[in-house]
This record gives sequence, structure tokens and C-alpha cells, in this order.
Amino acid sequence: MSHFSIFSIARNALSYHENWQKQWRSPEPRPHYDAVIVGGGGHGLATAYYLAKEHGMRNIAVVERGWLGGGNTARNTTIVRSNYLWDDATHLYEKALQLWEGLSQELNYNTMFSQRGVMNVGHSLQDMRDIHRRVNANRLNGVDGVVLSPQQIKDMVPIMNTSASLRYPVMGASFQPRGGVARHDAIAWGFARAADALGVDILQNCEVIGIRRDGDQVVGIETTRGSIASKKVGIVSAGHSSVLADMAGIRLPLESHPLQALVSEPLKPILHTVVMSNAIHAYVSQSDKGDLVIGAGIDSYLGYGQRGSFPVIEHTLQAICELFPIFRRVRMNRQWGGIVDVSPDACPIISKTHIKGLYFNCGWGTGGFKATPGSGWVMAHTMAQDRPHALNAAFALERFSTGHLIDEHGAAGVAH
Amino acid sequence: MLKITCPWCGPRAESEFNCGGEAHIARPLDTDALSDAQWGDYLFMRKNPKGLHREQWLHAQGCRRWFNAERHTVSYQFTKFYKPGENPDATGEGAA
Repeated sequence: MSHFSIFSIARNALSYHENWQKQWRSPEPRPHYDAVIVGGGGHGLATAYYLAKEHGMRNIAVVERGWLGGGNTARNTTIVRSNYLWDDATHLYEKALQLWEGLSQELNYNTMFSQRGVMNVGHSLQDMRDIHRRVNANRLNGVDGVVLSPQQIKDMVPIMNTSASLRYPVMGASFQPRGGVARHDAIAWGFARAADALGVDILQNCEVIGIRRDGDQVVGIETTRGSIASKKVGIVSAGHSSVLADMAGIRLPLESHPLQALVSEPLKPILHTVVMSNAIHAYVSQSDKGDLVIGAGIDSYLGYGQRGSFPVIEHTLQAICELFPIFRRVRMNRQWGGIVDVSPDACPIISKTHIKGLYFNCGWGTGGFKATPGSGWVMAHTMAQDRPHALNAAFALERFSTGHLIDEHGAAGVAH
Repeated sequence: MLKITCPWCGPRAESEFNCGGEAHIARPLDTDALSDAQWGDYLFMRKNPKGLHREQWLHAQGCRRWFNAERHTVSYQFTKFYKPGENPDATGEGAA
């Protein structure tokens, strides 16, 4: 891959920027790969990259039914943080955050990772108790976090209505300084380019229509571009995980729901951090383009349509208008939805299955984007070594039989 | 905004209802005889189909009764509404 640098920009300027190399190839599928990743979003591409980079595997394919990074990776509200409650979840998200901190350099791609902090606002005494508890848990696990008073919140975000006239007044907030936002497309493209440079074949417009087994061993996949043989198949397909699990005769505890988001018209810089509120349900940040990026709760019905119902949008904008009166006249530009695979404990499933060589990385629900590099990193380990890493051992499918659920609904910050 | 037909009240806006997830999951009769895997399957595993889905709805801001519906999870089109105990596969009566 041609290295991006000020020198490469200068050099390419001499030929009018007509000679930049394609960032990834579009190869024909080979009949056999040592490992196949089903799902070409951020998590799948990251898995392929780390399989090649950390585990030295070379004969790898990523199979994507649409265009890479076109699913939830293109549709999230770009928030990155690691301030979860329980030890196992915190360590996994913190691994991801630490990878984020070096990712632009490692991938030689500007992920636009902006550590502008993430604020979770509390509106009741119980909110504040939960906030204190979670910040303390974070600090005990070596993760940064502080509790802010309403005055400190007002100093940081002057446009927030912190007065007592709010229906649910602001009583304080947790704040993770190392959290922030990143460019969602860049993470897909950055991992795709880096994986391709290490020899990974990215096969787009290639839908998996069957999973082939020989007894209890996976031997390959059937796709719309032909049969592909492999003894290691990793399913990293988010909202479509149950569809693929069905092909292998596996039941998952997932429900695929619409999750909506919307952006405003571009504005001059006005919001310099990420603000999330569970109680009056909204989360908002401002992109480098100037648009407010606003997210909502899931639609309560199952949906694979990548769209949801308007009352959800109205409900979230009510919260935004209440919390930020200055935004009441701002016009919204664009809304859309994704398909989030929510699990019973709001934690992912990164697991081997009873079928040898078949692995699932799913159930990230509403909170997958922040974990992208960490998810790929542990999934690559699980596939390459045929056993989970310490960081994802607790997230095996077995926990839904043993009862060892890890309830992160509170820290997920998105209404389920 | 989905339009949902309560079998008692008639067609109403989605905002009057709560969705109760997959329908026809019968609680096992002898739970002490189940293995952990079987109990976990009842509690947690779901069909989650990309296609027709039979689900439960509560008319929360109306008559507050539960009923069932069949809906396509891609088009969101409802194909059936039926009361608890009614057989959705019976021809003739029982369809929306």
C-alpha cells in the first residue's frame, strides 16, 4: 500500500492526483481460504486485519453481501468510550479505547479520533448514585472518570439548560475525558486498506446463502459468488447474525431492532464534547462538518428494514430541545436507521460454538462502534488460537445457560 | 408510525401500543426437569426472523389487552391480528 504522508501528497500533486493507488482490490473469490470472515463492517474488517497482523495468517477473505462498511458501521453516532460498569465489559471496551488511541498511526489512515470527552448526565438521586458507583468502578479498573457538579457541567457546556426549571433537572454527570468520537467511515476504510495490504481478499456483493458442515466441523460457505471452502468461519454480521446462525442450525438470544439517528444542518462549533442522557433520552455531539449527530433509543419491534418509526425521533428531539434550548430552531437534515442485534444483557457474544471452526461475534446491539478495534482484536485471537482471549472469555454463548449474564443496560446508555 | 389493529378497538396508531416480543413461547410445564441449556433456551433464545414474525402487542393506551400479530420484519407490513388462543393458521376466520 502506498504510504500516506505529506511527501506522498506532494509527489502525487505533480501528476494532478491522478495516480493514487486504489485503497483495496476487488479480487475474484478463491475456492479456499484459511479463514473466512462473514460481514464486511468495521468489526469484520478489524478481525481480518488483526488475523493477518497479529497472527500472521495470510490466506483470509472477508465476505460482504453489500458494500463494505455499509451496515451499522455507516449508521452509528460515532461515540467512543469505555466507561462501562462490570469488570469484564470495562476491560474489553478499554482495550478497544487503547487501540483507538494509536489507530491512525497504526493504519496510516486518519480515523479523526477526537478525545473530546463523554458526559453522561444524571437527573435524579438514583441517577447520581449510579453515576458515582460507575465512576468508582471505572477508577478501580484503571479507567479515567470523574463526577461533575451542575456548575462544572455548565462551565464545560454553557448552552445546556442546568436550571431547576427543567422537568428532570440536571443533578450532575459522569465524565470520561479520554472518550470522544471518530469518523465511522474512516474506520471501515482504514481497516479495509490495511487488511488488503496484508493480503486479505475483501469480497463485496457476495452474500452468504449457506454454511457447509462435515459432521461437527465447518467446511465452508455457499455464496452468491460461488462456494468457498474454509475450516475457520467467523460470523461478524451484526443485525443479520440470527439469519446466519439459522444456516448453521444454531439458536442465538438476539433480537434485531431498528436503531435510528439523525443529523442537523451544519452549524458553527457550539458543542465541544459528547453529551448523553439516559433519563431524558438523547445523546448528541457535533461533527467536524458542523452537524449535530443525534441518536435515539431502539424501536421496540423487530426490524430488518434499516428504518424506524417517527415517534422515536420526536421523543429524542424533545429531549434535545429541553436540554439545549438554543437548538430549538435548528433544522434537521437527514435521518436513517440501522439493524442492531440486542442481547438479553446488553453485552456482546464473542464465542466458539459447538461446531468446530465456527465462531460468532455479535450481540453488540447499540454499542458496537466504540468497540470496533477491540472486537476485531479479540475475535482474531479466538479464531486463530481456537480459544477465547482472557478479554472475551466471559462473553461466550454459554453464559445464557450458566446464568452468568453481565448486565450493562445502564452503561449502554440507549433505551432498549 | 405503524397502524396496528387491536382486535377489540380497531385500527390505532403505534404510539398506543407496547411490543411484547416473540409470541407463542410456552413456559415449560415441568421446569425442575429441564437442563440449564433447556432453561436458557426458553428464557433467552429467539427466532428473530428476517421475514414473517408472530409477536405480542399490548394496547397500553387503549383497552390494555394483549393480542398477537403476524408482521413482516423487513416491510413491517402486518398480515394477521388475532386474539390469544385463536389459531392464526386456521383458514377463513382468525385472519385480519
